[in-house]
Amino acid sequence: MVGKNCFAIASDRRLGVQLQTIATDFQRISKIHDRLFIGLSGLATDSQTLYQRLVFRHKLYQLREERDMKPETFASLVSALLYEKRFGPYFCQPVIAGLSDEDKPFICTMDSIGAKELAKDFVVAGTAGESLYGACEAMFKPDMEPDELFETVSQALLSSVDRDCLSGWGGHVYIV
Amino acid sequence: MECVFGLVGDGFAILVADTSAVHSILVHKSNEDKIMVLDSHKLIAASGEPGDRVQFTEFIQKNVSLYQFRNGIPLTTAAAANFTRGELATALRKSPYMVNILLAGYDKETGPSLYYIDYIATLHKVDKAAFGYGSYFSLSMMDRHFHSGMSVEEAVDLVDKCILEIRSRLVVAPPNFVIKIVDKDGAREYAWRESVKDTPVSSA
Repeated sequence: MVGKNCFAIASDRRLGVQLQTIATDFQRISKIHDRLFIGLSGLATDSQTLYQRLVFRHKLYQLREERDMKPETFASLVSALLYEKRFGPYFCQPVIAGLSDEDKPFICTMDSIGAKELAKDFVVAGTAGESLYGACEAMFKPDMEPDELFETVSQALLSSVDRDCLSGWGGHVYIV
Repeated sequence: MECVFGLVGDGFAILVADTSAVHSILVHKSNEDKIMVLDSHKLIAASGEPGDRVQFTEFIQKNVSLYQFRNGIPLTTAAAANFTRGELATALRKSPYMVNILLAGYDKETGPSLYYIDYIATLHKVDKAAFGYGSYFSLSMMDRHFHSGMSVEEAVDLVDKCILEIRSRLVVAPPNFVIKIVDKDGAREYAWRESVKDTPVSSA
């Protein structure tokens, strides 16, 4: 979700195999660099593999360009990597959030074959996706300060995952 | 049905596996050791397709030894777990290994750890984990009685409670279990829990 010169990215903490919960402390959101985070929902093995590939590509980029990747560029990279596997895809839906030039927040989500969906307010992914759309639409206000953004994101996340049996067990929220 | 479970205690990690080798309705043997000693301070308990189980865990064991020969120092548990996940992930979209793995190890710097690696290469560091139909019973028992920093006696007591549940509630319950432990003194067999003993084969 986008705020005033800041963004928030949040996920639930459940790692499960269909009906069985394996762990309640699974990290779904990873840092690419200080101003860029990616959350990967879907099949855990593919999100771990995809994350490793993305970190690899970003480190190479850092070595060549001597700077961090912009969020827009990174989103295009993720989209390209996902579409490469068009006929044997990674079963992941990424949510990308970052601060681009002049601290302008950037958010986007994709389906599992890399179709980008940019938004100005909020993006959602995962099994509780529809629920999240509803909750965020109801609670979102433009230009929220970080503290208010944190409250909004947390409440939207918790109320949506409470209605989904495959999500839950708490949440991780990152504010940048 | 294969039952594997494990937990982390105070300065040690314990792994338990059933010991039946089954082919459809026939039990070939009831003293098959499914927990392999990976190196001096690591244990790998595997359940799944029998051929894949043996071949894959031996492959991992040999590669872990190779690293130690080449570099003079042993791999950390986390590194071994990530290597195992990498091998499973690479094979996943070609010809997957149908093996679920619990990797337990002890590192001097970080203490005991347990890693859950399922057959589609999902890796997660956990305090307690289980695979198979037995997991429905052992996970629930562990959720009730586990607390962090258990002593060996408390942990083995919990293991026995889980084995009792599996034996009494699982319709195709395996008769025998092996318990192995890894701590600062290394990885070793702790005990067997047998209710059916194989008759010894008389020599020719």
